[in-house]
Amino acid sequence: MNFKEYKTIKEVAGPLMLVENVKNVCYDEIGQIILQNGETRLCKVLEIDSNSALVQLFEAGYGINLKNSRVKFLGHSMQLGVSRNIVGRTFSGIGRPIDGIPELLPEKYMDIDAIAINPTAREYPEEFIQTGISAIDGLNTLVRGQKLPIFSASGLPHAKLGAQIARQACVLNKSQEFAIVFAAIGITFEEANFFIEDFKKTGAIEHSVIFINLANDPAIERIATPKMALTAAEYLAFDLDMNVLVILTDITNYADALREVSAAKREIPSRRGYPGYMYTDFASIYERAGRIKNKKGSITMIPILTMPEDDKTHPIPDLTGYITEGQIILNRQLYNKNINPPIDVLSSLSRLKDKGIGAGKTRADHADVMNQLFSCYATGKKAKELMIILGEESISDVDLKYVRFCDAFEERYINQGFNVKRSIEDTLNIGWELLKMLPKSELKRINYKFIEKYYK
Amino acid sequence: MNSDKAYIIKVSGPLVVAKNMRNNSLYDIVKVGNLGLIGEIIEMHGDEASIQVYENTNGVGPYEEVISLKHPLSIELGPGLIGNIFDGIGRPLLKLKEHSGSRLKRGVNLSTLDYNKKYKFYPTVKANSNLKCGAIVGYVNETKAICHKIMLPPNISGELIEINEGEFNVLEPIGKLKLKDSSIYNILLMQKFPIRKQRPILKKLAPCTPLITGQRIIDTLFPIAKGGVAAVPGPFGSGKTIVQHQIAKWADADVVVYIGCGERGNEMTDVLNEFPQIEDPKTKKTLMEKTVLIANTSDMPVAAREASIYTGITIAEYYRDMGLNVAIMADSTSRWAEALREMSGRLQEMPGEEGYPAYLASRLAEFYERAGRVITLNNEETSLTIIGAVSPPGGDISEPVCQATLRIVKVFWGLDSNLAYKRHFPAINWLNSYSLYWDNVKEWFEKNIDENWGVLRQQVMDILQQEAKLEEIVKLVGISALNEKDKLKLEIAKCIREDFLHQNAFNEIDTFSSLKKQFYIMDIILKYFSRCEQAISNFNLNTKDLLNVKAREEIGRFKYVENINIKNVYEKTLKNINTEILCLEKGGQL
Repeated sequence: MNFKEYKTIKEVAGPLMLVENVKNVCYDEIGQIILQNGETRLCKVLEIDSNSALVQLFEAGYGINLKNSRVKFLGHSMQLGVSRNIVGRTFSGIGRPIDGIPELLPEKYMDIDAIAINPTAREYPEEFIQTGISAIDGLNTLVRGQKLPIFSASGLPHAKLGAQIARQACVLNKSQEFAIVFAAIGITFEEANFFIEDFKKTGAIEHSVIFINLANDPAIERIATPKMALTAAEYLAFDLDMNVLVILTDITNYADALREVSAAKREIPSRRGYPGYMYTDFASIYERAGRIKNKKGSITMIPILTMPEDDKTHPIPDLTGYITEGQIILNRQLYNKNINPPIDVLSSLSRLKDKGIGAGKTRADHADVMNQLFSCYATGKKAKELMIILGEESISDVDLKYVRFCDAFEERYINQGFNVKRSIEDTLNIGWELLKMLPKSELKRINYKFIEKYYK
Repeated sequence: MNSDKAYIIKVSGPLVVAKNMRNNSLYDIVKVGNLGLIGEIIEMHGDEASIQVYENTNGVGPYEEVISLKHPLSIELGPGLIGNIFDGIGRPLLKLKEHSGSRLKRGVNLSTLDYNKKYKFYPTVKANSNLKCGAIVGYVNETKAICHKIMLPPNISGELIEINEGEFNVLEPIGKLKLKDSSIYNILLMQKFPIRKQRPILKKLAPCTPLITGQRIIDTLFPIAKGGVAAVPGPFGSGKTIVQHQIAKWADADVVVYIGCGERGNEMTDVLNEFPQIEDPKTKKTLMEKTVLIANTSDMPVAAREASIYTGITIAEYYRDMGLNVAIMADSTSRWAEALREMSGRLQEMPGEEGYPAYLASRLAEFYERAGRVITLNNEETSLTIIGAVSPPGGDISEPVCQATLRIVKVFWGLDSNLAYKRHFPAINWLNSYSLYWDNVKEWFEKNIDENWGVLRQQVMDILQQEAKLEEIVKLVGISALNEKDKLKLEIAKCIREDFLHQNAFNEIDTFSSLKKQFYIMDIILKYFSRCEQAISNFNLNTKDLLNVKAREEIGRFKYVENINIKNVYEKTLKNINTEILCLEKGGQL
């Protein structure tokens, strides 16, 4: 098709550009900017008012010239070309191959903005995924099709944990094709490289699709990156029936890019300068995880974000927590105590765990053991605080037992290291061993028949 | 360009501006663009109208046509709503799935009700009678649990000429009415009503009976009245949705309308999977036979989120007008407020607090005020209860949506993330929650459950208050500084927290606790308390021994006792407490 080229760029400011006298241009349409040297850049229509289009650049603005640059509108929304051969490939943040191998021949093009899934067409996620990490499997269980973010902070080993999950995760008794989609959003080369090296070491690279936007790439490119990655994931999951694990890191950089564009548009900011629609925008990413009825594949999502100042109430972790199905929170104190992975199990949560565990899925006593461990660890931490203030002599015997339990729990249950893979059986058995440190009468949340069976 | 045709001049996300719109009224529904997307006029400026579009507008451009339907956003009300799930503007999602697959396609126009389904209609009025506005003319059995009364629309009255029994679909006339101007009006099983308008009633009354939810902390400590309004604010992970689900499941309302407004898709799926399998304790039919679901998940278009709340409440009012007690859950009103904020921002209105429009508080008040215990146009007394979840950023309730909500609602169940971390659910904080309906419903509890209900409740509240104070002392000087009675009080408070307030929504038995059972647990803990106190003052026994009685474990397991056995277990446990403590008093060992 022949598209008209406009030489009527009126303004360029930051990520925004105004093009005048355009015809038949639609909202959300994608455009191509052609520089005088022939280079092309992508942009998208943000607002169309009669004959003038306000567009948002997806790539850096340098070199755009009001006189000589031209814009061509392509008549469709932003798309990603997909085919089975995307597996094993590496793309830039806006979906161009950067691994030096020739461009692939797409089987079809998919819009990167997905249409919402009809809630009646969703299949409820309830299949246990074994990550081999006790703090997750035992207490904050991940299930197939869940979106479970890792809330980290600067200086904490979220990359190692992310890589460990990618390496170890498996659905028990399932032999379905498995793929990893990894999106680096504004992270450093070192961090991206850590993941890729780890994928290479384990061979996971063979079934990975990688999208990379590094810290020194233009920030506005990042806005498309998670959507590109999820489009690829949707193709693999719902067209090719694969179980896809999507790792997005780091959402904080994505949100900052959103804020940059919003500020350029002079929108009224909500908290901390982030746009008021950030919740909706996040939802349009996170809600793409899940399972769909009559489709075999699934998208399980692990977004990683760094909480500014370790603050969980910052808008980025806060809005994420309201959309995702739980969160895994890393804790600096634990990390400083050299407990790895430093997962703060009490503030972590998996909302879908209740239907993914139990007889036939993990083990019948799982729910009870989980509740009891939570409650004992919480009591133990409280007792420990008390002991610090009052000294060991003035707390009761039971409290002292709780204090010991608390330490042992962190040391044995949580602190398994980044290279150990525990089966769910092991995780549960360690849980029971720890519970045996407490008298039977304290185990109120466990059904009697399990106490008889396991408390020996 | 044809000078009469209305056409688009501007598109900015869900906001579209169209020209040549002078012949339309505010809040009229329009079809936008070549795809025929549904929108609503929200502002008029001379010849131009701002339209909020309920579907994604990508691919829509200037000069596409806008067609006005010349009526406000309305919903079809009639048999077929119950057991069904609709999107924010009343489109049936199950049908939509059959029509366009697992993803929501745009511009699909499906009617709320199924026009092909036939219902057996039984008239309850005779021809030649004069009928008032909103009069009941007969009924159909919509589900096994719901007898659906067919009413005249609230603005139609006249003389009934003809009424027929038989099988009808919602479009076939079941009778004829002669109006005042002698024109003939066909009575249908279905009526249409604008969603932003409150359905008329005769009179509003003060609430006086409790809505029983089977949740101990709610029914006993912070009850909500039928016709009342409650808010559940809490940070993420504190269990807002579980509280809402639990009330939707177990509340003794005849009809439940559940609005998933801007929340997770899987939560709606969960309700859809679970409700058809749970038996309603009152009707013994499945919960789905009394539930209407409205789903506008967070990835669905924002503007429809704004409408979903009104769609839900209009459906609720319609069932209330039949004389049924209706409860409505809105999860979450914060997302609705955010949708308001987004549209307001695009309209470039001057913002109020945190970018929310200045009319946020009045819109919220308008919504909540549609609840109440009322006398319907048919002179029946009934109620509409609203329970709204609020999702304050960072759990900080000083933000505008929470504050505006708290000014209106009478019940506040404040969820606490610290309780949630300890896995104490429902994580309702007993120190800062309140219910202003307690005085209204106290009499009901004392008359219907036990005359001591009020006294026991007060005792429980007192112990919990004192616990908070004692804990502070313990933190400073240690538990050994307390006297035996205070030590005992701390232990009893723990007992109340763990054995009474803590309730496991995933346990088959504990998920619903009858009022009688709630009373027994409360009573037994307090009896144990006073018995121990007695032993301490009269025999100088120490708390530690008294806490080791075996009966204490029985108290802990009381919540898992099945309803038919509660009286026996209660009496047995009471007896055991007495015997064991008596034995201690006599200097014996356990």
